[in-house]
Amino acid sequence: MNRELEPSINEKNFLYNALRQGKRIDGRGIYDVRNIRITFGNQYGHVQVQLGKTRVFANVSWEIVKPYPDQPTEGFLRFNTEMSPMASPEFEAEKLSEVEVIVSRLLEKALRRSRAIDTEGLCIIAGEKVWSIRVDIRVLDHEGNITDCACIAAIAALYHFRRPEYTIEDDEVTILPLDQCNPVPLSIHHTPICISFAFFDEGELMVVDPNLLEEQVKEGDMTITLNSHKELCIIHKAGGIPLEIDQILRCTKIASVKVSEITELINNALKEDEKKRE
Amino acid sequence: MSETTEFQPYAILPGETISLDKYKNDKDVIKIGPGLLHEKQQVTAIKAGTLKNHNNQKWWIDSSQRRYVPSLNEHVIGKIIAKTQDYFRVDIGSAHSALLSTLAFEGATKRNKPNLEIGALVYARVSLANKDMEPELECISATTGKANGFGELKDGFLIKCSLGLCRSLLNPNTPILTALGEHFAFETAVGMNGRVWINTPDISNTILLSNAIKNSEFLSAKEIKQMVKELVKQSEDDMEL
Repeated sequence: MNRELEPSINEKNFLYNALRQGKRIDGRGIYDVRNIRITFGNQYGHVQVQLGKTRVFANVSWEIVKPYPDQPTEGFLRFNTEMSPMASPEFEAEKLSEVEVIVSRLLEKALRRSRAIDTEGLCIIAGEKVWSIRVDIRVLDHEGNITDCACIAAIAALYHFRRPEYTIEDDEVTILPLDQCNPVPLSIHHTPICISFAFFDEGELMVVDPNLLEEQVKEGDMTITLNSHKELCIIHKAGGIPLEIDQILRCTKIASVKVSEITELINNALKEDEKKRE
Repeated sequence: MSETTEFQPYAILPGETISLDKYKNDKDVIKIGPGLLHEKQQVTAIKAGTLKNHNNQKWWIDSSQRRYVPSLNEHVIGKIIAKTQDYFRVDIGSAHSALLSTLAFEGATKRNKPNLEIGALVYARVSLANKDMEPELECISATTGKANGFGELKDGFLIKCSLGLCRSLLNPNTPILTALGEHFAFETAVGMNGRVWINTPDISNTILLSNAIKNSEFLSAKEIKQMVKELVKQSEDDMEL
């Protein structure tokens, strides 16, 4: 890491001493996730999520394209993450940072490979026209744990999004305008949510939902993606210190509790937004 | 003496012009401060914030940003990022890193240089600030040549906050520090570059103080007293557990 972005010795030592006493520097408990705030925009598919001070914004848009010839009935689901220098001095404009690559790959795995969105349901005319759904994720503020925040933003945006209705006449697709026919939500099978952990002291100490300083000082990390049916979608552990099996099992148990809480939060936020629109 | 009207501070955006005519007497000299630009017979705001004045003679805009622009004689907290024979390179959060000469410490000679590690924190004074050059720091007082509080900050914890909060913390009667001082013993160093260093012998107290200071930025004096009371009560309850 660039020397300017590394925390000072005082901060590192303080963080370790506090963790060894079971305390976190922002006063949270070790298993506490920060306050999550979900705000939907006026347009469908437009959402801003705040995880503590980390702020991520997601927007879903649609396009009709020709499918791949070897997969004529599959639509497309694409993710585009952008981390602007506004979020943190470690991001440079136009330059792809490591964090950006990790987050976008995790999102693809969590939402596309886990078949959360039914891509077969995105077919209009087999071999000719399919929906291409694009999720744009923008990180506005980096205060730690962009991964979890971006995942919540992406899934909330996909739930919130509505695609227009269409009619087919002799191979011609007519998109019905929004004032004529209500748009339709996407078919989403389950809600995968990512929970990230950070490890210190050779695996002895663990925190859930690391903030910025904890992320800069950590020795290892792991992200577990589950849905509310306790189905494991992903375990992502790229490098860092090795972990024991019982630690990983413990983390999955903690993650499943957090995931059900967060799923309920997303559902409540969606319901409230629906009420507002009536 | 012409009549001067009473001035109330108000929020202002960049580009707005201010007419100071109704606030001044004919022979007053008006001084324009930060955030205001005087050109072509007009005074224009160039920052977003609150327009304030002192005695209708000094005018400035109180704004709060997070990125620091070095300014002469300000006290800042820096982090050592590199060292050479003659100087340390220090990150103070500005666009360029600053230079701190190894001789700019109390009692330092060519043989007896300070031994600061990379990653250490220092409290220093900006001795050169020019938008075209790298800023320079000194760890001795300009007048006496003694340390006077400057130098390495050992242990403790560092928090980053907005520049406006740091400016208000430098006021000796600031509500948050006096309220906290009634219940806790602590030492603190406030850098004008948006960094505050806090040290107490007890880790949970340091955590409590750093979070209290961070949260106090937009609270009124009464709310601050209330928040500190609740925090103290909570920490006493935790101790009993």
